[in-house]
Amino acid sequence: MLKEKLLELRQQALSTIDSADELKALQEAHVRFLGKKGPITEILKGMGKLSKEERPVVGQLANEVRQLITARIEEKRADLEARQLEMKLESEKIDVTLPGRKTAPGSHHLLASIIREVEDLFIGLGFSIEEGPEVEQDYYNFEALNLPKDHPARDMQDSFYITDDILMRTHTSPVQARTLEKHKGVGPVKVICPGKVYRRDNDDATHSHQFMQIEGLYVDHKVRLSDLKGILTVFAKHMFGADREIRLRPSFFPFTEPSVEMDISCFRCGGHGCNVCKGTGWIEILGAGMVHPNVLRMSGFDPGEYTGFAFGMGPERIAMLKYGIEDIRHFYTDDIRFLKQFYRA
Amino acid sequence: MLVSYNWLQDYVDLDGITPEDLANKITNAGIEVEHLNYPGEGLKGIVVGKVESCTQHPEAEKLNLCQVNLGSETVQIVCGAPNVAAGQKVPVATVGARIAGNVKIKRAKLRGEVSNGMICSLDELGFDHNYVPKEYADGIYVFDDEVPVGTDALPFLNLDDALLELDILVNSAHCMNMIGVAYEVSAILDRPIHLTKPQVEEADQRASENIQVVIADPKKVPYYGARLLTGINVKPSPRWMQLRLIAAGVRPINNVVDISNYVMLEYGQPLHTFDYDQFGSKRVLVRNAGENEEITTLDGQLRKLTNEDLLITNGEKGVAVAGVMGGENTEVSAATKNVLLEAAVFDSISIRRTAAKLQLRSDASSRYEKGIDRNRVVSAADRAAELLAKFADATVLRGVVDAGERTVPDRAITMPWQKINQVLGAELTLEEITGTLKRLHFSVETEGCAMHVSVPARRFDVTIPEDLVEEVGRVYGYNHIKATLPEGTSAHAALTPYQKARRRVEVLMEGTGLSQVYTYSLTTKESAASYAVRNQEAAPTQVIWPMSEEHAALRQSMIPQLINVVHYHLNRQMPNVKFYEIGKVFLPVAGEARPAEEEHLAGIITGQRNERTWEGEANAVDFFSVKGIVETLFDALGVSSQVSYRPSNRSGMHPGQTADILRNGDVIGYVGALHPGVEKDNDLNKTFVFEVALDALIRHGEPGITYQGLPRFPSTTRDIALVVKRKTAASDLDRVIRKNGAPLLHSLRLFDVYEGPHVADDEKSLAFSLVYQDPERTLTDDEVNAVHEKIIKACADEFGAELRG
Repeated sequence: MLKEKLLELRQQALSTIDSADELKALQEAHVRFLGKKGPITEILKGMGKLSKEERPVVGQLANEVRQLITARIEEKRADLEARQLEMKLESEKIDVTLPGRKTAPGSHHLLASIIREVEDLFIGLGFSIEEGPEVEQDYYNFEALNLPKDHPARDMQDSFYITDDILMRTHTSPVQARTLEKHKGVGPVKVICPGKVYRRDNDDATHSHQFMQIEGLYVDHKVRLSDLKGILTVFAKHMFGADREIRLRPSFFPFTEPSVEMDISCFRCGGHGCNVCKGTGWIEILGAGMVHPNVLRMSGFDPGEYTGFAFGMGPERIAMLKYGIEDIRHFYTDDIRFLKQFYRA
Repeated sequence: MLVSYNWLQDYVDLDGITPEDLANKITNAGIEVEHLNYPGEGLKGIVVGKVESCTQHPEAEKLNLCQVNLGSETVQIVCGAPNVAAGQKVPVATVGARIAGNVKIKRAKLRGEVSNGMICSLDELGFDHNYVPKEYADGIYVFDDEVPVGTDALPFLNLDDALLELDILVNSAHCMNMIGVAYEVSAILDRPIHLTKPQVEEADQRASENIQVVIADPKKVPYYGARLLTGINVKPSPRWMQLRLIAAGVRPINNVVDISNYVMLEYGQPLHTFDYDQFGSKRVLVRNAGENEEITTLDGQLRKLTNEDLLITNGEKGVAVAGVMGGENTEVSAATKNVLLEAAVFDSISIRRTAAKLQLRSDASSRYEKGIDRNRVVSAADRAAELLAKFADATVLRGVVDAGERTVPDRAITMPWQKINQVLGAELTLEEITGTLKRLHFSVETEGCAMHVSVPARRFDVTIPEDLVEEVGRVYGYNHIKATLPEGTSAHAALTPYQKARRRVEVLMEGTGLSQVYTYSLTTKESAASYAVRNQEAAPTQVIWPMSEEHAALRQSMIPQLINVVHYHLNRQMPNVKFYEIGKVFLPVAGEARPAEEEHLAGIITGQRNERTWEGEANAVDFFSVKGIVETLFDALGVSSQVSYRPSNRSGMHPGQTADILRNGDVIGYVGALHPGVEKDNDLNKTFVFEVALDALIRHGEPGITYQGLPRFPSTTRDIALVVKRKTAASDLDRVIRKNGAPLLHSLRLFDVYEGPHVADDEKSLAFSLVYQDPERTLTDDEVNAVHEKIIKACADEFGAELRG
């Protein structure tokens, strides 16, 4: 009797389990067939009424049925869980080509990038960074740089005066004079001086009444023009490419003697001539020279003992050449569409 | 300075040197040749023709039929020029010729008459109309002398020339004349220079009988020489001279004026000619003008002078502003017969000041300003006399009447010759050095290690040994000097703590989404003082002569310029922008002309915090967006614990949404919303700004880092919601909680602010999350409860705060 009942139960349970299509139905089947009040438990409880001979047979069968149902439930559960996971994954499918959530960092100004690059290069060469006031005394801006009052070269850089004696600095060179003065006649002095400068120019595509300069100064015993050439070669290769060559052309600045202009071989055409170098193969980059003995003397250095070189460059010019920027006003109009292009500069 | 290649050949043999070669060599030796022009470029088929006959066109009153002999043939040419006449020799563009502007000349019929070419004006041959002599300005050019009919006309018009435009800097003023350029080219090419001494045939009569010269102040007038020329015939100067003047950019006027200009171009010596009969005395007195003394100059302007200006007088009244411009009263005219020729030296600074003040920069004044050859003054006067005798029929009275020093000695410079190698880093031999100096026509003697160089006065720019280093270097060529690296002391270099911190600030600003800008330091007077972090008592610093009202005064804050940048972007459909700037602001100091300069950081944000995307709506930036930026900065710089905020009422800012930023009690900046009125005036949307004095923030770099070991024991988190009056500042609660929670309160975060139902109208609920931790052990509930209760009680006592249920 019980044996038949168990076999029937087994049949019932297995078909219930097989037909379960979700975990809840499976759980119900578990409770229904294997629960404490379930039929198998009932049968096992009623074992006492059986004969000694029947007891082990029915008991074994009951256990077998229970194990079989348990195993089938577990099997089914795994199956259902796998299917459920599959459905979940399917339902979670997204269009991975949709744009991500970006954070949009701001951009570094191109001029700041150029200045930083030059600073880092020269720090590596042992130059410190000195800064100075933008509203300057006539003395530091001109006189200490061998530009006495009424010197005709003052025409070259008409200035914004605040009083007869105070003006917006027209170049970063006064930082040279101030730095030399601070060193009280003892070298070496090895600095670069970046900063804003101001001149009486009408703003147009190639002129700006405010612009940037980077000045370099090296004063020590036995500094030579050939050293200037060496340092500038390093600079040119670093900023414009390892293939660059430089040439020095004689020029004039009141604060250097001899004075030179530095040209680099054209980075566009390599020196064959193109529209960037106006067919010459060379591009004018900066002015330089050996520090004028009057400048050394006025700032407390003995020109018999010390010599030095100085150079000055325009970050705007470097940027305009490097990227083919056609209008200097872009640097100060600050159009975000301009600025963002140099995010990586 | 325009240099004629053909003219230059008078002094230096340029055989084998093309104009291009010459231009490159001059540039590489230090004087930049800015342009190289060929004035005859593109012209073709222009020949010398002779007008055999000239009759009126039967059908046109203003046209003439000319039979023109072209050497090989005689052709008919229709000519409309008013000055055409039979017998003239003229430039003819033959059929097939090209004239200026690449215009091709074809056979044509004008009112029924054939025209086989064109008789040309100078304009048609490419001459700048401004320099064409008056007599040819409205008609054809006429050769007034012997030119062979039928030959190429271009050489006779100097159209086979090349013009080199030299950029003359202060140190190359010695090349502001042809002889100076000749010396330079002679040195560069290492070829001899040919100069001829002027030959003056003087009359027996002495000039000194008719004129005397007195200099009042020899310091300002080192030399004044005068020659007298009589019997002058004023007429056009010869063709070759006219053409050379035109090439140099000077318009021919008449022989007297042209000769003085020509000699100035040749010798670099400015000359002036007075009509002697109008001079009014026999005495030249050079003196300072009286205060407000007046003179009418050649251009018809009445000039008012000061006692700083040098005036040439006849002993009483002014006849010329020295070195700048002559007076109308003694101007040479067509009727002039007798001329007083002036060749003088004036103090360059005085001339510079006068010319600048009168705004009369002339070829003469600019030469005086930059320097002239002291030893060429008398020869220049002689040269002018020679030419006036030859081309103006002048009789030259005997002698130069003068005052001051006629000549100056050469400048002697002594230096160790090896200094040249030491400064250049070169290895030149003594012979190479002295040879180079001799090419420059400097005389050199050596004595052991010393070198004595004698520099002629024409090289007034060479005064010290370093100048000789440059002369040798530039003529020898810097390209021959090998690059080296400095051998001196190696120096340690690094960013200063401030510079390093400033770079971090830039990175942080950009990380929070702000783009760096640079704006102008000079702004309008009106906006200069606005938005300053600290109000200044003194007026904004102003420039004396601003170029425009836009750039008249120095900013005290960067906010006004940043507002302009945002306005610019709004006008271009870019409403969501965020910018920052690091730059100087200029704070006036009472009693000082120079302002104090402080480096500040300023930022501006407007529009959407995040762009609208496929995921959802955009969120507008607000006060807490901008405050978050400065808080992020202070956190990153490690100074947050020293910083506090307090409500602030600032001009131009929203009174309810602006906070001063204080560091250790000092106001170092502010953050907030722009005033709605400012937004309206500038067509802005809601806009938020901040400005912080960077000096005050990172002057000494960033605070050091103190390492703390990681906690080994768990923390306990408790949340509380406190109901307080709405006017209670969150920062005050924060402060009291921290104070009473110490030392077990490890961190504190405000996570909710609520106003509305279930809270009274004048109250709000602030919810904080508190984390308690002890580094040495696990805290018990009782310990945490005790501190927590203490905090709640303190808040109740201080703010009447109640725990929200």
